[in-house]
Amino acid sequence: MKINPNIAINENGLLFNPSTGESFRVNPTGARVAELLKEERSLDVIISKIQEEYEVDRYTLEKDIADFIQLLKNNALIQNNE
Amino acid sequence: MEKKRYERPVIKRLETGVPAKFGRPQKPEIMSDIDGVSVESLVNQFGSPLYVYSEKQIRDKYRKAYKAFSTRYPKVQFAWSYKTNYLGAICNVFHQEGSWAEVVSGFEYDKARALGVEGSKIIFNGPDKSVEDLEKAIKNDSPIHIDHLDELYTLIELSGKAGKKPSVAIRINMDTGIYPRWDRFGFNYENGQAWDALNKIMHSGKLELIGLHTHIGTFMLSTEAYRVAAIKMADLARGLKDKFNHKIKYIDMGGGFATANTLKGSYLPGDDITPSIEDFAEAITSALVNAHFSTDELPVLVLESGRALIDEAGYMIGTVLANKRLATGQRATIADIGVNLLFTSFWYEHKVKPAQEVTQFTEPSKIYGPLCMNIDIMRDNIELPLLNKGDRFVVHHTGAYNNTQWLQFITLRPNVVMIDENGQPHLIREKESLEDIKKLEQIPEHLRNFEL
Ligand SMILES: Cc1ncc(COP(=O)(O)O)c(C=O)c1O
Repeated sequence: MKINPNIAINENGLLFNPSTGESFRVNPTGARVAELLKEERSLDVIISKIQEEYEVDRYTLEKDIADFIQLLKNNALIQNNE
Repeated sequence: MEKKRYERPVIKRLETGVPAKFGRPQKPEIMSDIDGVSVESLVNQFGSPLYVYSEKQIRDKYRKAYKAFSTRYPKVQFAWSYKTNYLGAICNVFHQEGSWAEVVSGFEYDKARALGVEGSKIIFNGPDKSVEDLEKAIKNDSPIHIDHLDELYTLIELSGKAGKKPSVAIRINMDTGIYPRWDRFGFNYENGQAWDALNKIMHSGKLELIGLHTHIGTFMLSTEAYRVAAIKMADLARGLKDKFNHKIKYIDMGGGFATANTLKGSYLPGDDITPSIEDFAEAITSALVNAHFSTDELPVLVLESGRALIDEAGYMIGTVLANKRLATGQRATIADIGVNLLFTSFWYEHKVKPAQEVTQFTEPSKIYGPLCMNIDIMRDNIELPLLNKGDRFVVHHTGAYNNTQWLQFITLRPNVVMIDENGQPHLIREKESLEDIKKLEQIPEHLRNFEL
């Protein structure tokens, strides 16, 4: 699983998908997860990275990231290569 | 390195053509304290969910309403509508401000007496007054507002027994141009029922007719309806003077003024469309002063406003239990406040504010309560900031009817506190315990034991 690599995320939380021309807004945590997804890290690595930076328990984070990934899929921002 | 406050990751598609709306998103309002007392400290001390009243806001509301009427009309008397909120501490704030009591049952009547309200200052309304209730009211000189002919005849009978004339008024219902028309209470103005009842009272010689009462509806958004009602009430009072040379002491216009809450399905928020108390006062008092009363005939104007005086001074603090995504894709937040505690969520789109820092990100969400019931929905569709499990929030305008219509259902009813004018919280109703519930139950001998 990885996010479309040509997607651009700016520091104001705007996310642009050049292949469809659609724009999105992401919140800071969303931007961070999307960035990490671009680098194709495993979910485990992403989770520990976020946990290093944010005050959150693992259980909540796992659940929320799964939900976020579903939102990315709904918006055709993720290629599911599994 | 200090860790940042976590917010769940979200993404939202931007609609083309409306960049401005998202260009600088507005930060949702947060409410971290009530009258200077932090939400977190209230929860730590009294638990969640929690009902919180601001004594200062109740007094401010009352004084503003009293001023609105008394600056426009020389004789004004408020009577606190017990059914709206009969917690003793709440009633006593109103009584300290000078309000009489307005009750609609023997229970409410006894509650007002127990708080120390003089009988002559308890207005007894409603269709359900037992013979014992009426006897008590007659003995204590309470104004009895007659709802139907059966009650009228009962009172004539009791008057003979008591050797004393009961002080009575009749409740009038009428067409004020609004729908629904509350014609099930009292006697109708247009079809002559009202005059029929007044004639019976006057000719009986057994009852002291001291007033006329109406209550045209609740959560009224029209001031015009009150103007029409006041004109009709004044017309009856003038008619009594003409026909019987009888002067009544008061005209009671009831309550019903709307609050800042937003009715379900309303396109505009309540704060934008609810007339001010001054607007209601102007409609009623101008109709009365322009009626043909001589100065010494001018009746006292009684008001039984309930919700408008307490709704906005009441809050509920709740806690997020969980977040989930529904099959439709919509976000759902499960809170510890169910419809059993927030009965008014059946009528209102209650305003909900987070109690801690949030970003400007929001998601269209549903807020469910904790009951295992499909109807347990606090908000069907609300743009909600991203609340985490354990976060607190404050529900607004919950002061009217929730502490009287609440149900002991699935959970026990929680603590109720009032913050005094110095910012000191006081417990005004303790949370229920299993013992409280068990105390009222009895288990027959043959059902005491079982083996599983
Ligand atoms: C007779 C009477 N007076 C006063 C009230 C208080 O009404 P509100 O809370 O709408 O002001 C009610 C409530 O229904 C009522 O029935």
